[in-house]
Amino acid sequence: MIVGSQKPIDEIWDMVKEFKRVIVFGCNTCVAICHAGGSKEAETIASMLKMRSSNEGVDMDVSSTSVMRHCEPEYFDEVIDELRSYDLVLSTACGVGVNFLSERIGNIPVYPGINTSFFGAVPEAGVFEELCAGCGDCILHMTGGICPVARCSKTLMNGPCGGTNEGKCEIGKDVDCAWYLIVQRMKDLGTIEKLSEVIPPRSWSTSRDGGPRRVSVEHIREYEESAEQKTEAGGSK
Amino acid sequence: MKSESNLEKVIASGNPAVTAELGPPMSANGHEVREKAKLLKGFCDAANITDCQTAVVRISSIAAAYMALQEGVEPVMQMTCRDRNRIAMQADLLGAAALGLKNCLCLAGDHQNFSAAGRLKGHPGAKNVYDVDTCQLVGILKKMRDEGLQEGGDKLEEAPKFFIGASWTPMGDPIDFRPVNLMKKVNSGADFIQTQGIYDIEGFRAQMEKARNLGLHERTAILGGIIVPRSGMMLKYMDSSVAGVSVPKALIDRMMKAKEAAGDDKKKAKALQEAEGIKITIELIHQVLETPGVKGVHIQAIEWESAIEGIVKEAGLYPRPSV
Repeated sequence: MIVGSQKPIDEIWDMVKEFKRVIVFGCNTCVAICHAGGSKEAETIASMLKMRSSNEGVDMDVSSTSVMRHCEPEYFDEVIDELRSYDLVLSTACGVGVNFLSERIGNIPVYPGINTSFFGAVPEAGVFEELCAGCGDCILHMTGGICPVARCSKTLMNGPCGGTNEGKCEIGKDVDCAWYLIVQRMKDLGTIEKLSEVIPPRSWSTSRDGGPRRVSVEHIREYEESAEQKTEAGGSK
Repeated sequence: MKSESNLEKVIASGNPAVTAELGPPMSANGHEVREKAKLLKGFCDAANITDCQTAVVRISSIAAAYMALQEGVEPVMQMTCRDRNRIAMQADLLGAAALGLKNCLCLAGDHQNFSAAGRLKGHPGAKNVYDVDTCQLVGILKKMRDEGLQEGGDKLEEAPKFFIGASWTPMGDPIDFRPVNLMKKVNSGADFIQTQGIYDIEGFRAQMEKARNLGLHERTAILGGIIVPRSGMMLKYMDSSVAGVSVPKALIDRMMKAKEAAGDDKKKAKALQEAEGIKITIELIHQVLETPGVKGVHIQAIEWESAIEGIVKEAGLYPRPSV
């Protein structure tokens, strides 16, 4: 899932205070799970903005709504007209949602209500951990299922640096050394000898470094196109 | 000869090699580099020029290395993977070679949040690069030197002839993987290795035995790292806080005893501890050099370059061989 956290209310207020009609738009998938931007959080932010505007003597109409997902158009189709009746949409979806809605809503600004942080999991209630960096060239089969791209502070590919201390990373005592975990895991799996091989410089072109990425699944596109043609042909009869 | 560097020649001659370290200043004035180089001249075969050590901006390793070279000290330029991508690295390597630099030590580099262990502001918000890691950087240097090719495959008109180094933390976690770590650096092309500071000589020897069992001591020149202790507090700090360094209690006790012998006299306490520190250093140098498979020592007198002359002389490593 995508993990984010709410922006400080002062920062949000600075963004929105010039607008007269503001709608806080929540997303009920990833960011709801991490308690950052679901319908509950969108309502809370709206209430806080109402209080703030009344305290500051600013005339502002604030409300909130939410949908299941911001990253596919059909989910916000049902509310897009309502959104368009406001001066500003404060989206509490991840950055994907903010971008996606910005491209579709027309001449109404969409501002971010949360900071989108990473792809992560929930090891325990209220804790979210980064486990994948979306680098586009997965090597987890070579590292015991533990990702050095996401989890080593230096993205090292060939083993730990000299900064490992009692299993922790040099950047902080609360950060596990990914390579310490990888070595342990591969010992347990009986595959430690795999780590003797030198991994050569990789291509980061599959990562963000290669520019914005796009995946096109041809057979799905072909299927959709032929379904559309069939419908059109059926309609013309 | 791969590089014709003095360090390579001394190692090839079979003499124990001595390298020292020179930390460039946070200044646009190179005077301090030249002064430090003068202190080291004649007392080491080459001096490492650190590359923004502890993640703090200083005169660049290449520029300071060139100044050291002009002062008659052969430099080992250091290059971390933290600040440059492979394009910048190779461009700097070509430039360094064109300036006459012949040794390069490849390092991961302290993470940008290190900021001199919190003593300075540093640049914790910097973006780190780590396009390649140490093994990969070593491999790039080797490919440039031996094949005359850039990492991407383009041909070089003239190849940079570096004597290629890497670091090794023999006592680091996970300890049983450390010999493999060393092997990977050697397999990538490391001609010489400088280790993290050694105080626990028994621990180091156990790791060296593993390295020898892998035959690594014959494929690379391992120089044991010696960090000159200056005070009991410094030893305590290194033992508790520096990754991969463990200091036996007996050594800490010796330094603390030297401190206590001075009573309330702070100046005397400093002098007695420094004298004890140098004594410990000489002992460590001998113990490291007596360890089978070791080809030299890398002596780091951090911000205390003036100590090197006495240490090298007293350790019986002076004069340095002219090869």
